[in-house]
Amino acid sequence: MAPNWFKYASPASFYPLAGRLVPWFGAAAALLTVLGLYLGFFVAPTDYKQGEAYRIIFIHVPAAWMSMFIYLVMAFYAGLGLVFNTRLSAFMARSLAPTGALFTFIALWTGALWGKPMWGAWWVWDARLTSELILLFLYLGYMSLQAAIEDPRRAARASGLLALIGAVNVPIIYFSVQWWNTLHQGASISMSQGSTMAATMLTAMLVMTLAFWMYTIAVVLTRVRCEILERERHSEWVAEIAAREAR
Amino acid sequence: MGATGLLSGTRYVLARDLTLAGRRVTDVLTTLFFFVIVVSLFPLGVGPEAGTLRAIAPGILWVAALLATMLSLGRLFTADHLDGTLEQMLLSPQPLSLIVLGKVAAHWLVTGAPLVLMSPLLGLQFGLSGAPLGVLMLTLLLGTPVLSLIGAMGAALTLGLRGGGALISLLVLPLYVPVLIFGAGAVEAVASGLEADAHLSLLGALLVLALCFGPWVTAAALRISLE
Amino acid sequence: MLRGHALAAVRGDRRLFAGLEFALDAGELLYVNGPNGSGKTTLLRMICGLVAPAEGAILWHGEDIRAVGDAYRADMAYLGHLPGVKDELSGLENLRINCRLAGRDPSGAELARALGEMGLDGLEDLPAKVLSQGQRRRVGLARLRLSRARLWVLDEPYVALDRAAVELLQAQIRGHLARGGLAVLTTHQQVEMDAGTTRELRLGI
Repeated sequence: MAPNWFKYASPASFYPLAGRLVPWFGAAAALLTVLGLYLGFFVAPTDYKQGEAYRIIFIHVPAAWMSMFIYLVMAFYAGLGLVFNTRLSAFMARSLAPTGALFTFIALWTGALWGKPMWGAWWVWDARLTSELILLFLYLGYMSLQAAIEDPRRAARASGLLALIGAVNVPIIYFSVQWWNTLHQGASISMSQGSTMAATMLTAMLVMTLAFWMYTIAVVLTRVRCEILERERHSEWVAEIAAREAR
Repeated sequence: MGATGLLSGTRYVLARDLTLAGRRVTDVLTTLFFFVIVVSLFPLGVGPEAGTLRAIAPGILWVAALLATMLSLGRLFTADHLDGTLEQMLLSPQPLSLIVLGKVAAHWLVTGAPLVLMSPLLGLQFGLSGAPLGVLMLTLLLGTPVLSLIGAMGAALTLGLRGGGALISLLVLPLYVPVLIFGAGAVEAVASGLEADAHLSLLGALLVLALCFGPWVTAAALRISLE
Repeated sequence: MLRGHALAAVRGDRRLFAGLEFALDAGELLYVNGPNGSGKTTLLRMICGLVAPAEGAILWHGEDIRAVGDAYRADMAYLGHLPGVKDELSGLENLRINCRLAGRDPSGAELARALGEMGLDGLEDLPAKVLSQGQRRRVGLARLRLSRARLWVLDEPYVALDRAAVELLQAQIRGHLARGGLAVLTTHQQVEMDAGTTRELRLGI
């Protein structure tokens, strides 16, 4: 229903809705994380080549997926904000960035932890890790640009444009790094290719991904709520909320 | 009479920026010297062993070219911004993206082209010769315009911000990765007796892509920054 | 011809003005005044299309200027706080590139005459960095002499000008209005403008 969407695109009506949703997503994130980690650490079979150390992938792979996906979602909201000039989309884009950067960092960190037992080195210039590192730089650039611009309107529009430039470049960068890696016969961390992935392993990874999604939504909605309060602090409805809370 | 023709905005701004560069030659030379000095520091850091130097030469020359281009980006719009000319460009009936194209072309002629011309000399110092040297020049010829085009976006986004110089590098350097990979990769491929056609076509594709979208995105960024 | 409808401007999270209306026809001057920080410059930049209104729209011949784009910019000349004059270029070169950016390409003789009329005779070929502040403003103002724009938007044009230059500029604005042009002007100086119809717009009260 199109009219409903536009109703919730206004910060004043989005704020209470988001407030009601956050606990549900938070609870779902907690439950799914427990379930996913249980499946990954206790149910999934031990890998015959990599032993127990491989179990880090139940965090590493979902985090890596999320880091790239969040960038695209962020660019989508940024584009929406630029084209339709809706403030809420700009808030969304801005609130997604720290979470995306967090997942990128987790993916890099767990990648290093995984690399040590596999390759005997904390860091290998593997195509995926390298792309992930550049993705982290893209997130940092986006957040720094936001932070450097004082006028909120210019900050939202300039960083929105940057997110779009980044989104166009992510596939090009990814492809070029792959190409660079194959030419230099670099190391590559991958699942033991011979054995097919056990069904429980895939399930565990998908559950973890879902858990990360729930977490992302809960955190982003909370951040957007803060953002709304800060930007609209002079408006009447925020004053009403403040008066109600003070009582 | 009247400024007609689609590219007249490009031409006028290009001519003006070249005149300005001609009257501020030190700016041009600074970038070139920076390039030369950065490249010359590597043998001092790595050691004079000829085999090592030959192996890392393409990477070093390319990274130095990235840094030199980036260093000069701050100047691209700042002067015009401070004296009000940039406002007049935004208010021109000529399409802003074509004016931007003129500015980027001038930037390349003043910073990128000298790097291309200087590169064989530095390549020789690193023991490159013959085909790899030619390919090095060719990759820089194809790649440095891309660096100017991408850099212009970063310069436009960070226009007038505190700490703009450091911020620009954070925004622009990750976007330079593909150019670096294909550029340095081509030289390495030829140096080890392989074909570099694929690298060169990919660089060419990047150039076409950057030419199509770069000025347009930069124009949008300038409008945002000057609001 | 030029109309501002329900305009609002926001800077940071401060509202500069809201619900602003004005209309201007051929031969009329809009005199925008108000204390510092009341949004005069913002309004003028809005009229040029440099700043998007937070609410409302500016219409030129009944069409939103943001939709008209390049064609509107060909009809409009803006003079801001900064003269748009480059230190390294001579007065003549500065004027030439400024005219070219505005979509015209006058001959060298025309350029020299315009500079002469602004009292810069014999200084055309000096680099602008050796000119005084007022002379540099004159170089910037010379652009108006060669402009064919119908709408002039002038932000504090009298700053740094001496008595003679102020009179020159006033005569020029009068001529422009008499030819059916429009002008929007802010100034802190007490300036008499007897030509055409002068409308006044007060901000920040």
